[in-house]
Amino acid sequence: MEMPTPNPAVLSRRGRIVARLREVLPADAVIDDPTETRAYECDGLTAYRCAPLAAVLPASTAEVAAALKICHDEGVPVVPRGSGTSLAGGALPTADSVILGVARLRDVLETDYDNRFIRVQTGRTNLSVTGAVEADGFFYAPDPSSQLACAIAGNIAMNSGGAHCLKYGVTTNNLLGVTMVQMDGTIVEIGGAHMDAGGLDLLGLICGSEGQLGVVTEATLRILPKPEGARPVLMGYDSNEVAGQVVSDIIKAGVLPVAIEFMDRPCIRACEAFAKAGYPDCEALLIVEVEGSPDEIDEQLGLIKQIARRHNPVELREAKDADEAGRIWLGRKSAFGAMGQINDYMCLDGTIPVSELPRVLRRIGEMSKDYGLDVANVFHAGDGNMHPLILFDANKPGDLELCEAMGADILKLCVEVGGCLTGEHGVGIEKRDLMTVQFAPADLEAQMRVKDVFDPDWLLNPAKVFPLAASAGRRAA
Amino acid sequence: MRPESEEQLAEVVRDTTRPLHIQGGGTRPVGRVVDGDVLNASGLSGISVYEPGALTLVAAAGTPMAEINAALETEHQMLSFEPMDHRALLGTSGTPTLGGVVAGNVSGPRRVSAVGACRDSVLGVRFVDGSGQVVKNGGRVMKNVTGYDLSKLMCGAYGTLGVLSEVALKVLPRPDAEATLTVPGLNEAQAVAAMAAALKSPFEVTGAAYDPAVGVQLRVEGLSASVTYRAGKLQALMAPFGAAGITDDKAASAAIWRAIRDVEGLKDHAVVVRLSIKPSALPELMSSAANLLFDQHSKAAGFDVLADWGGGLVWFGASARQLEICAGVMPDRDGPAGDVGGQILLEYLQSYCEMEGGHATLIKGPESLRRTVHAFQPEAAPVAALTTGLRKRFDPRGILNPGLME
Repeated sequence: MEMPTPNPAVLSRRGRIVARLREVLPADAVIDDPTETRAYECDGLTAYRCAPLAAVLPASTAEVAAALKICHDEGVPVVPRGSGTSLAGGALPTADSVILGVARLRDVLETDYDNRFIRVQTGRTNLSVTGAVEADGFFYAPDPSSQLACAIAGNIAMNSGGAHCLKYGVTTNNLLGVTMVQMDGTIVEIGGAHMDAGGLDLLGLICGSEGQLGVVTEATLRILPKPEGARPVLMGYDSNEVAGQVVSDIIKAGVLPVAIEFMDRPCIRACEAFAKAGYPDCEALLIVEVEGSPDEIDEQLGLIKQIARRHNPVELREAKDADEAGRIWLGRKSAFGAMGQINDYMCLDGTIPVSELPRVLRRIGEMSKDYGLDVANVFHAGDGNMHPLILFDANKPGDLELCEAMGADILKLCVEVGGCLTGEHGVGIEKRDLMTVQFAPADLEAQMRVKDVFDPDWLLNPAKVFPLAASAGRRAA
Repeated sequence: MRPESEEQLAEVVRDTTRPLHIQGGGTRPVGRVVDGDVLNASGLSGISVYEPGALTLVAAAGTPMAEINAALETEHQMLSFEPMDHRALLGTSGTPTLGGVVAGNVSGPRRVSAVGACRDSVLGVRFVDGSGQVVKNGGRVMKNVTGYDLSKLMCGAYGTLGVLSEVALKVLPRPDAEATLTVPGLNEAQAVAAMAAALKSPFEVTGAAYDPAVGVQLRVEGLSASVTYRAGKLQALMAPFGAAGITDDKAASAAIWRAIRDVEGLKDHAVVVRLSIKPSALPELMSSAANLLFDQHSKAAGFDVLADWGGGLVWFGASARQLEICAGVMPDRDGPAGDVGGQILLEYLQSYCEMEGGHATLIKGPESLRRTVHAFQPEAAPVAALTTGLRKRFDPRGILNPGLME
């Protein structure tokens, strides 16, 4: 993966930059010892590593502003970092960059049940936001698989989703307001406790901008009352095509499940070996979950089972209690861990129109044969957000490159059928050079103009999202 | 000017030397008055993709909403954000179009539920920027974080950053049944408390509105047995606030929410202001604004107010008489009493929002008023700098609905 050449002028001023940061931050909040900065050399995309110039861990919005202002004055690139769980290299440093971590910004600032929001500092983890309101019957809806570790700051940067967004939406649909610090240290407040922020939708623009427009330090998040209950049903089919048709039929029938998850045979086998959830050995497995009171759940599952039966399932199992529900979800939730046990893998997250599922799965199967790499598919079928896991051997020379080439082909296929490169992981460095597959130069130009407004010197997370060639002129200016 | 294709639209924008006043169906003259050549987008019309099984629909920006709703109806689907039809309130004619709805981010009562704003349903857009360049953003899939979300930026930009040519929408199944609960005789403090109680419950309320003359109204939708169950649960929950009546006839319930959506109750008012606020702030806002109507004889009853979104969306209506009383607050100000009163009311509500959070927008008022006020909430300096920067980049010549959002 090509990264820009570090700016020698910045590297040569390292001592002075660190000293200036120490003037505005507590001593332990500025990390420049090379053995310690190595902790920040990569995120969840571990194939690429580079230690930063230094890392700073401010504990307030004012400290973030002070640190950014110095970096701005010194012309130092800044890479914002939540918990470092990005699978797309969104927090990968360059040698001349300062990592700005939000890990010390963890407080709940305000909880308001009557108005159904919580205001938090963004270093707080996704799951602990729900944790703060759970006892009172509320939850925060977006639930990425990494929710135990990932920070709200990163969720906002990547507009994270999760299994339950078919009903509740992704981060951008649940974000009401932010406090954000721009690269030059300017603090802006956008939105708040009211439901629609005024003026231009800057909130919508910031969410999913991969930390390139500013560092979000505080967020007002919408919280929702917990449903009375939820229950999944599991169904197995002989072919991916049939399972894809079932998904489409359920959606058309007017029942909107809270989640529809899809796993193919390689994934079912791996999960079964790992988690022993009692999954049937079949081509395709669906987990469909609905919410409500016990009677409401019965009614919805009744309709869903009717549809399922019409397509001759090899297995149709409804959870009778919490224990059985847990077992149905167990395999799905351990999918990534299970795959990690057998192999190195690369996880893609291209999204396609739901109607294209069968065709795309078939083509991925063909590619798997052509490249000689196994692929397991596990994904959010209800919204077409695929997660093909390409298995490779990191110790085998050339295997990573082969895997990346196949990944690129799969993503091109997603775009070709009317979908997109990434549904919830973000572009980062991983898909940066594929952006031209989805966007014409004018489309990218329009997006880059937005960065020109928020960060005219292109110092924030500069080598991400846009192909290096497309952003070269701006980054050099 | 009425281009009939995206290419023609781009050409018109590229070639113009004068400001453009962009129009869809012309049903919604909102914001500062734009003096410019009318660019009518209704020639870009037609649904190009509708996949009920994928819950997506793509249509040209000038497509009439009626055509989209009719197509959805045949598949038993709907737009979850149930956009307001402004014709009754504003006394306009014409046909609301998709582009107009999206440009205004027009969201109806269902906004209060999980994913109910217009912006939440917009999956992708195509537009022509101020230089005449065609740009596409987003797509037609439900989850998409590929690049910056300019689709949201366009939604609610009132055409000032680009002229929409095509929009991809997420649609939803139409519920089989719906019911409305009415809790009569509540003051605003009780109403806000009742709506909060309902919205905090797990019974999936998809509408929570307040009309002082009617009381609080709550909507539940879904499968028939489920609607009956949840309406019953909510009735019990509302008991401390009063005896709630249930309207479970689908058509009757739908008519109630259509009237709420279209703010029909304020159609005879001269000036109407729309506020987005923290729901619990409603009582204080209403009582403080009522001070504007204090004259030497008596303290008037206050403005006519309708609230939706659990109290978070507030419509302030002022009659000609009320505007006259308002004008009396600042006897030195020049201009017709109606305009001065409108200015004072709007300035008051905007300064309230500046202090307490939220925003106030003039939705209805005479043209003379729409020339002399900030129709949209003035922004704090750092936000205004970003807004100005974006306008310069997307519309460098300042020709797209110039000044409309000021």
